[in-house]
Amino acid sequence: MKVQLKIWRQPNAQTKGQFVDYSLNDINPEMSFLEMLDALNKQLIEKGEDPVAYEHDCREGICGSCGLFINGRPHGPEKEVATCQLHMRSFRDGQTIVVEPWRAQAFPVIKDLIVDRSAFEKIMDAGGFVSVDTGSAPEANSTPVKRQHAERAFDAGVCIGCGACVAACKNSSATLFVAAKISQLALLPQGKPEAKRRALNMVAKMEELGFGSCTSTEACEVECPKSISLDHIARMNREYLKASFSEEKD
Amino acid sequence: MATLDAKIPEGPLKEKWTNYLNTMKLVSPANKKKLDIIVVGTGIAGSPAAATLAQLGYNVKVFCYQDSPRRAHSVAAQGGINASKNYRNDGDGVYRHFYDMIKGGDYRAREANVYRAAEVSNGIIDQLTAQGVPFAREYGGQITTRSFGGVQVSRTFYAQGQTGQQVLLGSYSALKRMIARGKVQMYSRRQMLELVIKDGQARGIIARNLVTGELERHTAHAVVLATGGYGTVYYLSTLGVSSSGSAAMIAYRNGAFFSNPSFIQIHPTCIPQLSDFQSKLTLMSESLRNDGRIWVPKAKGDKRDPNEIPEEERDYYLERRYPAFGNLVPRDVASRAAKERCDAGYGVGPTGQAVYLEFRHAIREQGAKTIGGKYGNLFELYEKITGESPYETPMRIYPAGHYTMGGLWVDYELMTTIPGLYAIGEANFSDHGANRLGASSLMQGAGDGYFILPNTIGNYLADKIKVPRLSTEEKEFEEAEQKVRERLEKLLNINGTQTASSFHKRLGKIMWDHCGMLRSEEGLNKARTEVRELKQEFWKDLQVPGTLNELNQEMEKAVRVADFLEMSQLLIEDALNRNESCGGHFRQEYQTEAGEALRDDENYMYVATWEYQGEDQMPRLHKEPLNFEFVEVKARTYK
Repeated sequence: MKVQLKIWRQPNAQTKGQFVDYSLNDINPEMSFLEMLDALNKQLIEKGEDPVAYEHDCREGICGSCGLFINGRPHGPEKEVATCQLHMRSFRDGQTIVVEPWRAQAFPVIKDLIVDRSAFEKIMDAGGFVSVDTGSAPEANSTPVKRQHAERAFDAGVCIGCGACVAACKNSSATLFVAAKISQLALLPQGKPEAKRRALNMVAKMEELGFGSCTSTEACEVECPKSISLDHIARMNREYLKASFSEEKD
Repeated sequence: MATLDAKIPEGPLKEKWTNYLNTMKLVSPANKKKLDIIVVGTGIAGSPAAATLAQLGYNVKVFCYQDSPRRAHSVAAQGGINASKNYRNDGDGVYRHFYDMIKGGDYRAREANVYRAAEVSNGIIDQLTAQGVPFAREYGGQITTRSFGGVQVSRTFYAQGQTGQQVLLGSYSALKRMIARGKVQMYSRRQMLELVIKDGQARGIIARNLVTGELERHTAHAVVLATGGYGTVYYLSTLGVSSSGSAAMIAYRNGAFFSNPSFIQIHPTCIPQLSDFQSKLTLMSESLRNDGRIWVPKAKGDKRDPNEIPEEERDYYLERRYPAFGNLVPRDVASRAAKERCDAGYGVGPTGQAVYLEFRHAIREQGAKTIGGKYGNLFELYEKITGESPYETPMRIYPAGHYTMGGLWVDYELMTTIPGLYAIGEANFSDHGANRLGASSLMQGAGDGYFILPNTIGNYLADKIKVPRLSTEEKEFEEAEQKVRERLEKLLNINGTQTASSFHKRLGKIMWDHCGMLRSEEGLNKARTEVRELKQEFWKDLQVPGTLNELNQEMEKAVRVADFLEMSQLLIEDALNRNESCGGHFRQEYQTEAGEALRDDENYMYVATWEYQGEDQMPRLHKEPLNFEFVEVKARTYK
């Protein structure tokens, strides 16, 4: 198949970017989207041009490195996949494909399709953990955890930190990312002692870093490659409110 | 010259680690503040090590090439993590766990290290659970387990098919806590390119900032490599495409010995290669063999739809050949058996290079819902890639390069032959012998990182409390940086016509064909010549666009491929040297009549350990004899 590509090219954060057109012939529909970009890059390098920079590593949808905004949607047209799991069979022969980096104030472009997601790291630093020293943990089965709670915590814990939720949101909010961690740890007895502090600090950090607020459009849930549910945002809001009204600020 | 003293503590097996802990030197909290440690890599060995060292009070600098430590490839481990808690009351315990690993490794691992790995395994589960890792549970709230290959107990803890992700994120959160406390300085988007050595001791690294291209000098009192394995030597593997053997090769070129480099695990259940443009092979967890049955048609070249092939016309060849373990034989055995059937013409699918893994029986017995609960995300992953649902039609699978048992030689303290340089997790060689059992890689990495290294490194650093920080202006840093600069410029200035990836692909094919699942003297000799020629071509015709002072992904690839070319030469020499078959190393010349691996304990019961002698020079072989004091060495059988 043939495809027409419009790819965002930007040499670095300081220089303005623009769309550049490329056309590719002989694309096999069974190629993954990233393999198609590999093919483009091979051609560019052999012509002595600068290849398109994009992030990727595991290529099986779990590391969260890849994240491209394809035809107006994070990770492209398919549901529940990361960009690396998208295949060319999802596009029509001759189709024009627009490829952009995540667009968000908190995710500045580094080069071409690569953005700086270190704001997510700062949010995690603000409390996305249970404070337990190595060696001090009690026997694992000494605290029973309701199976449903463990399963729901897992459903939140599968977040791959790709940033699609931010890219999908008209407010560039990181609420789903933050909620997934707060909710996971709030569901488990191990996370309870720090639950209030965690909810307050992580939310405050998100706001400080220039992410927008949640207006419940639900776009994030639709575009999340791991289908993380809005229920976790509801749980985060409960945790946040509880913590805000609590006299005891742990 | 370095010698191979493994420094195994005295005493009975089960007392060795305790004896070590009781007698090792300690560093006081006040002195720990004066000591700096560099950790390279943030997977399931690096993150726990960094977090724990920081918690102890050391100053820790951590490096990873990704934008976040959470993306290290441990995140992709699927099936589980072993521990000998015996929650099932099925006869498990530390000794049995140890014995399974020794036997699973085909008697080519060091007893004391393996016993210790089993011994610390239970603490890992406790630690991870306390961090909020959502392990699978029973309705009563207790943690549940499942079985993995090569064992007859149920000791694998899991979180659906995403155990690696959950376990890594737990460890990542421990690291984040220490970053927040200011005890860890995190350097992401950095590639380690050189080791700095002063007076024979590891004292720092040169890293390239992958965004600006700047070369940075980082000083420390000790350097820990937690840089994973080198299975991407085959180009196509289950690893992340940027995983590499570069850090290990840097250490090796600087004098660290490399052990059993050709011991590579080929994982039996991966989605087969479908086309030439493919960049990656995806693993289907071994846990699927708990309920899935592997088969091929009894008739050669049978092209019928698998659902139309009646039961009596199917060959469940693992159950036929290995009745005691059936579908749960270890990985090396299962991989070879699949290759044997495909080579004999019974393979299925468009290429004939695949076998079926079917769940029909399990779904009939347990219901689709229960099976979905156990493997749902794996079934979805398979369907996303192939477009077929494993609920309805059998999976097609084939072996692929996966894990490297070989690695940098380390002693009992996990120190390499360079004082002050440590290797943990998959980067070292010590615990898996010639074949690793499933769900023991997360276990070994986490064990090294949480419980072993943070203790043993103190025994070395206790003598360094008066050693000041080595200034990065010293000549050792100057020289190391100069070496890196020259190498990068050399790569950039070749100005040839072929991309780094195209060389990698060709190298991968040579290595897969001749130094993969099946090896022979003839094939290895051929590979030796082909790799030498490819390496010459690489240094004459490589094309790297761009400059050194910017984000340049092609330069990153070129560095990795240059190292893989050199590493392949080492792998080939190691595979040629070992005139026996054991575990994942199968030499065509050495097999039983039934086609099983034939060891030569008299001549090869040793760790083959290689010392670098210069580029394109034959490395020097050192042998660390393996003395089995506690287990009886037997022919390994799963029949």
